[in-house]
Amino acid sequence: MTEIVSGNVNPHISPHMEIWEWQIPAYLFLGGLVAGLMVLNGIWRLQGKQLEGQSVLRLGAIFAPVLLSLGMLFLFLDLTYKVHVFRFYTAFKPASPMSWGAWILLLVYPVQILALALPGGIDRFGWKLEFLNPLWERIKGITAKFEKQIAWISIASGSGLGIYTGILLSVNAARPIWNSSILGPLFLVSGLSAGAAFALLLNPSNKEERKLVRLDTAFLAGELILLILFVIGHLSGVQANRESLELIMGGGFTAPFWGFVVGLGILLPLWLEVRELTHKPTPFWIAPVFVLAGGLALRFVFVFAGQAG
Amino acid sequence: MARYGMVIDTKRCVGCHACVISCFVENQIPDGYTRSWITEITQGEFPKLRTEIFSERCNHCENAPCVSVCPTGASWIDEETGIVNINTKLCTGCKACMAACPYDARFVNPKGYADKCSFCEHRTRKGLASACATTCPTSAITFGDLDNPASELHKKLAGRQVVTRKPEKGTKPKIFYLK
Repeated sequence: MTEIVSGNVNPHISPHMEIWEWQIPAYLFLGGLVAGLMVLNGIWRLQGKQLEGQSVLRLGAIFAPVLLSLGMLFLFLDLTYKVHVFRFYTAFKPASPMSWGAWILLLVYPVQILALALPGGIDRFGWKLEFLNPLWERIKGITAKFEKQIAWISIASGSGLGIYTGILLSVNAARPIWNSSILGPLFLVSGLSAGAAFALLLNPSNKEERKLVRLDTAFLAGELILLILFVIGHLSGVQANRESLELIMGGGFTAPFWGFVVGLGILLPLWLEVRELTHKPTPFWIAPVFVLAGGLALRFVFVFAGQAG
Repeated sequence: MARYGMVIDTKRCVGCHACVISCFVENQIPDGYTRSWITEITQGEFPKLRTEIFSERCNHCENAPCVSVCPTGASWIDEETGIVNINTKLCTGCKACMAACPYDARFVNPKGYADKCSFCEHRTRKGLASACATTCPTSAITFGDLDNPASELHKKLAGRQVVTRKPEKGTKPKIFYLK
């Protein structure tokens, strides 16, 4: 028997860590979703404009900066020294994933604006934004010459955004359940899946819908494989990693992980999407809603389990 | 140039909390928070029990994960002293350092910035020992320069079994515990 009594009474540290609350998983989800929208946008462009419809290239591209700003607001709410927020941009620390993240977030905004200025994005501003149109015409004149390059930059910076949201957690050897480099690709693929699911809810054309569903089945299958690899990696890892798996294998996060993340967030929508692809009648909106909820649940389970263990 | 460290003799520590209290006073720690604390580990089966008591705080790791994850450079290692320091002017309160610390040695000061043991830098720079080491009534805590072979630290280390906290994390702590 071993009994440990610690006199560390600091709030949010003891009896267990609760430094990152809902703001962080909510941001990680939105960051992943926006990463997914950016990568899809790039793929759509590289494949030419044969895909009619405005789900990814127009509405998805408009929502991307809006959702990212909401995510960054959550990040800001999490800071305990808010007036120092500008300090993220007076340094670049290559060893710090959060520093990478801060700069990536700054980089993706202009990329998103360039993508919006491409054909299929925003052609003209209406309403009270008409004064922007002369400037917009000039931006469009430049971007039209670099469509392929912008597509690639969109894919690269979107992937960077998606991967970093996982690496942010995985570098912390102090929190064994996070300590797996699988978390980078896992959060990216989950973000790609969330991006496709979100685009499916933006009234895609039939052709676009079919392509999104096909891609999303691949993303969900990929996410499932990465989750299995994560579990295997931890089972065969050092003692602390093996023990931390208890959290999702009998411990307090077992039901949310296997029920919400894997069952309702991956397996159910995967089954529904395969039904849809095999032309069985399936309401189109159920799978994407569960994919989005599952992606959010994945971040909540990981962020909280890491702090509990 | 120095490399400050600490030796804590678990056989001498009686868990009186004098180190914790002297740290409160010396560093004016806000109510309800603490930079150092006492840990008791009891092992065995009744009646054959064995309790180990020791004082804990930031380990001022040579390979400090709190420093590498800090996005702004607010957490840094002072090359002159080896002290893991916090520049509160740079701290955003993002709590990355708290997630990274295997020892849970950090907390958010009510003013908003990350806070932890400073090895009483204001004292140790003048050649004094840390408040906790000075106060300890059983001389369980010894503060000194690890680079100085003639220091009291090295005398304490000689001939004893020495461990660090969570060596498997690879952080190279500079607080050494005598078993």
